[in-house]
Parts: sequence; C-alpha cells; structure tokens
Amino acid sequence: MKRRTFFKVTGATGGGLILGIGLAQCAEPEVRRKVLEMPETWHEINTYLKIGNNGVVTIYSPNPEIGQNVKTSMPMIVAEELDVDWENVIVEQAGLNTEWFSRQVAGGSQSIRKEWFSLREGGAKARQMLINAAALQWQVGAANCTTENGYVIGPDKQKLSYGELADEASKLEIPEKVELKSNSAFTKIGKNHKNVDGLKIATGQPLFGIDTHREGMVYVSVMRPPAFGQKLESFDDKEAREVNGVVDIIQFGDKIAVLATSNWQAMKAKKLLKPKWSGNGLENTADHDQILMGLLDARENEPFRKDGDVDQAFAEAEEVLTRVYESPFLPHNCLEPMNFFADATGDKVELHGPIQTPAWCRSRVAKILDRPEEDIEVSMTRMGGGFGRRLYGDFSDEAAEISSIAKRPVQLLFTREDDMTAGTYRPAIKYKIEASLKDGAITAYRLSEASINSNMYGLIPNFFPAGAIPNLEVRGHKYDSNITTGAWRAPYTNFLAYAEQSFFDELADRLQKDPIDLRIELLEQAKPAAEADEKIEYSPERMQGVLKLVAEKSEYGTKASDVYQGVSAYYSHNTHVAEIADVVVENGTPRVVKVTCAVDCGILVNPIAAKNQVEGGIIDGIGHAMYGELNFDNGKPSADNFNRYRLIRNMEAPEIDVHFVDSKLDPTGLGEPSLPPAGGAVANALYRATGKRIYKQPFVKELEVLG
Amino acid sequence: MASYTLSINNQKKTVEADPDTPLLWVLRDELNLKGTKYGCGIGQCGACTVLADGNASRSCSIQMKDAEDLKITTIEGLSDNGTHPLQNAWIKHDVPQCGYCQAGQIMSAAALLKRNASPSDEEIQEAMHGNICRCGTYLRIRAAIKTAAKNA
Ligand code: FES
Ligand code: FES
Repeated sequence: MKRRTFFKVTGATGGGLILGIGLAQCAEPEVRRKVLEMPETWHEINTYLKIGNNGVVTIYSPNPEIGQNVKTSMPMIVAEELDVDWENVIVEQAGLNTEWFSRQVAGGSQSIRKEWFSLREGGAKARQMLINAAALQWQVGAANCTTENGYVIGPDKQKLSYGELADEASKLEIPEKVELKSNSAFTKIGKNHKNVDGLKIATGQPLFGIDTHREGMVYVSVMRPPAFGQKLESFDDKEAREVNGVVDIIQFGDKIAVLATSNWQAMKAKKLLKPKWSGNGLENTADHDQILMGLLDARENEPFRKDGDVDQAFAEAEEVLTRVYESPFLPHNCLEPMNFFADATGDKVELHGPIQTPAWCRSRVAKILDRPEEDIEVSMTRMGGGFGRRLYGDFSDEAAEISSIAKRPVQLLFTREDDMTAGTYRPAIKYKIEASLKDGAITAYRLSEASINSNMYGLIPNFFPAGAIPNLEVRGHKYDSNITTGAWRAPYTNFLAYAEQSFFDELADRLQKDPIDLRIELLEQAKPAAEADEKIEYSPERMQGVLKLVAEKSEYGTKASDVYQGVSAYYSHNTHVAEIADVVVENGTPRVVKVTCAVDCGILVNPIAAKNQVEGGIIDGIGHAMYGELNFDNGKPSADNFNRYRLIRNMEAPEIDVHFVDSKLDPTGLGEPSLPPAGGAVANALYRATGKRIYKQPFVKELEVLG
Repeated sequence: MASYTLSINNQKKTVEADPDTPLLWVLRDELNLKGTKYGCGIGQCGACTVLADGNASRSCSIQMKDAEDLKITTIEGLSDNGTHPLQNAWIKHDVPQCGYCQAGQIMSAAALLKRNASPSDEEIQEAMHGNICRCGTYLRIRAAIKTAAKNA
C-alpha cells in the first residue's frame, strides 16, 4: 500500500530543508596509526597535555572510557585547538585528579557537551604558550606569529617545532584568556578519527580492569546473599580452605571473600562454602506488579508538571484513550564483569579499575577505610561496558575493604553469576498514559509513573509533550524495595520513550493522521510554549528537523507495500533523535530488517565514532525491548547467566542507516540518545505489520517475532 | 595439582594446575595472556574464544585434562604485529566500541575464514551467533569479515 500523503518538507509546518551530513565526506586516509618514537624529555604544558622534545604530544583523556569513545573524541578536541598533527599524538587515560579536571564522569551523555569549551581552551592555551615561547626567542610580537600543524610560524616565515619550543613553553605562565578557533576553521572536528585503542583491542593487549596484574596480589571471589533481603547467619569454610591456592577466607558484613592465587581457585573454593542465610521481606515480581498497578492511580504526590485542567478536558472529551505500559527489571550485563584492584596495605591506598565515577569512589572508600581522601589514589582502566552499572562502585568498595582486612593487594572479580544477581538494576516500571480527543485534536494528556525505588519522571516533566498539549499532568509514585536499582543506559527514558511513542502512534490512528504528521503538528503547537516557558527542555524545531530527515532518508511512505514502517522520535540527554523501523513478514512472522535514524547532536565531533555509537544504541534498544527481562522470586533474580538471559546476537541486528543534521550548534552527547526511540519504532512497525499493539516488554513474550 | 604441557601460539608451555581448571584461566592467570576474555564461564558469550586445532572453541569450557592434545592459538598469536587480514579489517571498519568482546569475535571470524574463504552474509551471521557484543557492534563485525575475506 502507498501511504496517504503527509507533511511537506517545506510546507506549512515551517522549517526549511534539513540537510544531513554525508558521512563519506568525513573520511580520513586509511592508514594505521604509526608507532611513535619516544622523546628524551617530556615537558608538561598544562593539565591536558605534555610535549616531547621530538614534537610528540601526549594528550590526557580526562573522562572514563566505557565504549562511548571519549578517549578518542576528547583528545581530538584538544588537538584541534593545539594545531598538531593527530599522527603525532599519543592519548593517555588521566587518573582521577579533581584539581585538574572538573567532571571525570562517564554518565548522562555529558562528556563532550560539558567539556567542549574546557578541552578547547586546554589546547588553545598550550598553543598560545608555544607561540609566546617562539616570540620571545625571535624577539617579535606574539600577535605576529601563528601555528601550522605542530610548528610556530614567525612574521618572516621562520619556523620552530613544538618539540623545540616545549621546554621554554612549559616554563611560561598559562594565559588567562585565549581566543578559540571559529567553527569554520576546524580541521579535525568533523573528520573521522578511529578509536585510538583500535590496534590494541584487535591484538588483545591488556587494557581492561580484569587484566590488572600486580606483584603479590591475590584474586578474590565474593559470596553475597543469594536473595535480596537475606543476611548471613554463619558459614562453614572447611572444604573451601582445602582447595589448592586458597590463601584466606574472610567475612565482611553479610559477605564472604575467598582469596586465592588464581581466579579459578577462588571461584571454585567459593562454591564449596556452606553458608546459612536468614531473612524475611523477600520480594516477588508478582507482588510488585500488583503494587505498581495500584500506584498508577495514586494521587498522593504533587504532579511534576501541571498545565491547564486535565479533568475538565477529560469530562468534555469525545473519547479518552487509556493505556498501561509495563517493563521488568533489567541487569546491565556489561560484558566485562565487575572487578577492581585495591591495595590498602601501604601509606597510600591504590584503587585501579573500571569505574564511571572515580571521584565518588574515592570519597566512599575514604569513609570505609577511615582515611583522608588525599591518601587514596584512583586510576581508571578502559571498561568492558558501563551502561550505568559502573556508576556504582560497590565492587571498588568491596575490594578496598577486603584488601584492608586481609592486608593484601587484591583483584576482585565478579563471576557472571555474581554480576547478574548482585546488580543495580533498571527498576521495574509501569506507565499509565491517558489522552482526551475532541474535534480532531488532543485536548489533554495525563501520565502516571509507578516505579520501584525512585521516580525518574521528576527529572524530565518538561520533555515532550509538555507545551504541545494545553492540558497536561505528569506524576509519579514509587515503591521502596530492598532490591538495589539505579541508572541503566538512558535511565527510565529507555522504557518511557517506547511507551510514549507507542501511545502517540495509537493517537495518530485514532485521529486518522499519519504518525509523522501528528508529531510535526504537535511540535508546531509546542513552539510558542517552548519560547515562553524556559523549563521546556526540548526544541520543537530540532525535533521536527530529525523527523523530516528520517522520513526522507527512510523513503517513508513510498516503500513497497510489504515493508511496514514504524516511527518514533525522542529527545533525551540534550540530543534529538528520530528513528523509523522497517518490518517485513516472513511466512507469517514479522522481522525487523532495517532502522533509519536521524540525529541532531549539534556539531559532529567525530563522525565515524558518532555513527558507531548511534548504531550500538539502537541495537541495544531493540535487544532489550525484544528480549530483556529479570524477575524476582523470593528475592532471587530469575536469571544468573546468559543461558537464562537473552541478549541480542549478531543475526538479530537489523541493518541501520544513520544520518546527522548538519548543525553549527555546540555538540551534545551520544552515549544514550539513540537508544530510547528504538523500542517505540519497532513496536509501531510491528503493529503496522501485524495489527497487534504491544504494551509490555519484552516484546517476544507478547508477539512472535523473528530474530 | 598436575603438570600439563600445552601448545600455545606455537610454543610449548608447562603449567601446574588442577585437572578441572578451564584453559581460559590458565591462559589469563598462569601464562599472562590477557587477550582471551572471561564473560560467562559457561560457553554462552564467546568472549573466551580461541582456536583449538583451528576450530573456534570456548576456552572457558576446555578443562586442563583435555587441553594437552590441542594446538591452541589465542588472539596474541593470531599474527605478528596485528597484521592478520581480520585485524586490519577491524581497524579499517573501526569495529570496537568498548572492545571487550572483540578478541573473541576475531577468533571466531578467523576460524570461519579458515574453513570458508568467502562466506555469505548468512554464513557470517551463523558463525558469529555464539559471540555476544553487549555494545552492539554486530554490523561492523559483519562488514569487517567481508573485507578480510576479500583481502585474505
Ligand atoms: S566466557 Fe567462555 S563463552 Fe563466555
Ligand atoms: S565492543 Fe563492547 S562488548 Fe563488544
């Protein structure tokens, strides 16, 4: 079927043609990074970089690397302003240094957005110091000098390399103020730069926390209560102690740590421990479901946002559409299980490993060990995934405590079973969304959130559709559980976006409008409110922009009649994203074959990395919407390893086509924003293909879908 | 504990270990070959994949008592200087995200190309089914295998 017509790209809905960046234009030559000669001397210029006497530059990447590729993108921004050949740059992960850096966190897709100016200033100030050093040497005005790819050029075309100037420059004052490049002068930003650790990864170099090896350290495996709510009564470790390589077994709190000379010996001995657990208040998913359903109608809490009068609009409506969307707990399942190295035996406490929040880790460990923060050094390894799990340093705290009690340097490793069952899960959540329709318009909207442990909606009440619908109310209630929960990639919106975007798809059907038309119209209506109300976070224009771009690139509405397309658009973490999923039906069963995606993240810093990140977010979003599920029975998680927990695999990943809006605005982040819209796009496409709406994750339990 | 002589990356290595010790932990903790990764320990994720007599094998599921007769290749022994066509292709396509699964992915792909020099899309997806990438780099893994097959 050909679809009825919808919006015009340059029609009454305003906004001109949206240009996408051609990713092929961003290419760099296909060379392997050359192996650099090390200099005889290094000269620290400022907190972001040092320069060797041979001109090689080391740039420190301040933020933790969890696969979002900041270890390449952040130093690139420094190198841009420094004006140095990228081939001459070595990147080093900086350790925790709160005097040098303001925000060493991997979280909220904020690294590039928050550090955009400080990284550029770091590079520009160093460049100015090199210019000043050359000007002094030549006895000319600094203003008459410029730079070119690692050289300072004087007024008479005289030249000195950064390497020759580094020593002098390092002794000069760091300038207070420097001018930054204009965007049009960028030579690196906007060009593809491959992962600086690419070769090391492809050759299996030890980059990760789990690879840490120090003289004299022992490996630790910890037994924790198998069910949330349980306590350790007593344990018998006689058999465990007989395992070869076991050096110590200690209790700390409700946990037992087995220390051994290899990981395997520690794990094996742990299995032989005979603990006695006690506990009450053990929780079940069935009970949670009932409790959360009840909370959807609770009215105790003040609304997070309230516009107009929803009740009155509902009373006057022709129809009120009410839908409930449900999602389970999710473990993070970083492929590298939680682990950490700690040595609390000396004057300084050394902590080393994969952590998204090193500063928080330091302050907690200081309290646990009752030592001043100055005594505690934290350094970060590359991480085998984060997804929010490594925001919480329960594992670094455990390692520090064990090291302190056992008086040994230790490397703690969670088994996969430990990792999945001692999680900080994405909480189970339900949403009830209601909307009233009258005279072909949406007159009111009410959303109620019921969640385990915390209400995220408090942070995002000013997202779409705030401002787009005159009467609007959003509220949330929570149930306090003893199951530990926390941020999971794109907290809450990872599920909320699916619920909301499915709901709007259904509203479009009710109003007999094309789903993109309806969204564009609502965004048009939101423009005056977005102007007037500072609290409204998203930009209606930018959201319209990505919708138009994705429609064009996905050949929306003009595809063959056996391709069913589902639309979803979502703003989160400061970035606007629209996605269209294509579903075909094979022998009666639907399959997602393609996702087209349009992103507005402002200036594109590193196009290839951006595309990679967006692809990964979409696959993650589809995978968890389709398959992700963790339940609890008497406080015990329903799965503890990948034989009972399904993650998306190679053949289940659809083709993905990513486009970016050509923008001159400051960059935002990409770690999370492509994930939230994915579930909605897929659900809406599955509906077009099968006529069945899905109200619950994981989708595969609701509908037979081909992977 | 018993003594085992293994063939790892064309070298003989003798280690002391309990017979039930998985090859994975001997590689990592005894031989300091950290490229082979632990992800699940039960043969489900592929992070620990090595070549055993040329076949992609999960080293978490090979016990020491069964390892002596096998010719083992780990990621560290796949090539000199990381120049195997797959490693080149991995860099060309900028495959890794976090990177943790990638050694296992490359070893599975190496076994595939050994037995099938120009695999179809379906054959690639089939062969790579046992390797989870939590970061979702699957599309680039497929593309890199295609490139490597062409350049091998
Ligand atoms: S660790 Fe061997 S397959 Fe997962
Ligand atoms: S790149 Fe992170 S698990 Fe594959």
